[in-house]
Amino acid sequence: MDLITAEFFQRALIGGALIAVTAPLMGLFLVLRRLAMIGDTLSHVSIAGVALGFLLGVYPVLMGLLFAIAASFAIEKLRRTYRTYAELSLAIIMSGGIALASLFFTLGMGFNLNVSSYLFGSIYTLDTTDLIVIAAVTVIVLGLVTLHRKELFLLTFDEDAAAVGGLPVRYFNIMISILTALVISAAIKIVGALLVSALLTIPAACSLALSRSFRQAIVIVVVVGEAAVIAGLWIAGVWNLAPGGTVVLLLIALLIVALTARTRMMRV
Amino acid sequence: MCAWAAPQPGCHRDIVTLNDVSFSFDGKPVLSHLSFRIQERDFIGLIGPNGAGKSTLLRLIVGLLTPDSGRIELFGAPADQFKERELIGYVPQKNNFNPLFPATVREVVMSGLFGRRKLFRRVTRQDADRCMDALRTMQIEDLADKRIGELSGGQQQRVFLARALISNPQLLILDEPMSGIDAETQQNFFHLIRHMHQKHNITFLMVSHDMEMVRSYLGEEPKETSGKLSFFVRHSHDLEDCAETDLLHTVRKEG
Repeated sequence: MDLITAEFFQRALIGGALIAVTAPLMGLFLVLRRLAMIGDTLSHVSIAGVALGFLLGVYPVLMGLLFAIAASFAIEKLRRTYRTYAELSLAIIMSGGIALASLFFTLGMGFNLNVSSYLFGSIYTLDTTDLIVIAAVTVIVLGLVTLHRKELFLLTFDEDAAAVGGLPVRYFNIMISILTALVISAAIKIVGALLVSALLTIPAACSLALSRSFRQAIVIVVVVGEAAVIAGLWIAGVWNLAPGGTVVLLLIALLIVALTARTRMMRV
Repeated sequence: MCAWAAPQPGCHRDIVTLNDVSFSFDGKPVLSHLSFRIQERDFIGLIGPNGAGKSTLLRLIVGLLTPDSGRIELFGAPADQFKERELIGYVPQKNNFNPLFPATVREVVMSGLFGRRKLFRRVTRQDADRCMDALRTMQIEDLADKRIGELSGGQQQRVFLARALISNPQLLILDEPMSGIDAETQQNFFHLIRHMHQKHNITFLMVSHDMEMVRSYLGEEPKETSGKLSFFVRHSHDLEDCAETDLLHTVRKEG
């Protein structure tokens, strides 16, 4: 069977290629602000939303998105209460999300809940609505990040300097949270909630190992993300492997390559 | 010389006014009922033991903290409504940025322009030129494409001063700029700052630990004290006219 002509595979490639731009990009900002674990937290909360969506008969991705946005506001709020313990707020919200999800799962036992497709991803079952959602998220994220790339750089490098310069820091923090929630909700059906944070953090890790400038860092995260997703989907399609897992393992392989290259560069 | 001593309107305006400012942290008072005026072209050396509230005061002035009571004015406007943020250059105490942060010296210095004024605007050719000027003024142009984390403490301090200077500020706030730098670099740095104060229309507010250096330029006795804080002041009359000068260009011409 020719994989490339199969419609489900074309949809998978398009959806995957789009999310491979936005997830690593937002991930870079999060990692640099020491919020790498936010992806895990939001995706677990998002799963609770997805489960509720199934229970109520609402588009699950939308419900997941609402939950993720609510969670990102809760994280910001907790982060301000426990200033120096950013990770504490993440742990609390994440457990809350898992607890809610497990409640909704058990409530939905009789309803034939198709939750595992959101836990582990089911990129081969993307429908037109999913693709439209992913495309819209990509346009919004790329548009805002391009428009505010200067401000995002300053905010990420030195939040105090951004505030002294008169930038509306709170508005930007909220924007970053909402964009992250958007990306995660859109990515869940592709790589699955359990693996979303890999797509956010591993390209950033590769990029940090290799790049000298911020401009390079952005190029490298996107290249790494695209390479892993496209090659991963291909390999998974040909050998009939789990696509989400294959993408993540490829990302880890790329990270090992990047770290080796870095040691080589350091030695020269 | 008395011609200079007469305050000229428009020349010696108030840059920072603190009126009965109090601030407490976790219920512990850090500053209480502090009033102080900084006039144009003053050089203020702020001295005090650890915990006296030096950094807190600077953070209040630049708007990173809000006073519990009292008023702060910047360039004659209430601090929370002050919009011309590019007039303020701020070099914080320790730039405890992530040493692995992927940013070149050029990118960091350029970001000094990315404040409110530049929102929704493009980076222009002139901005890039200003950046080069700032790098040259601080004598770090050969480091422009290095990653910021690879630099020594003294070099990083110059980068952050260049970032503060790129927007041509009229008020430069320095929080212990000499900490963690070797003695010779400290001397050079202080020399540079003194030169800027004498030759350019910049008002300085500097927190320092180094009494010797402060006294050598600002005199033996503080002009005012408040709690454990001492304010040493020197006014510069060297500048002959108050015409606005662009620091970056003139410093360079003078070599």
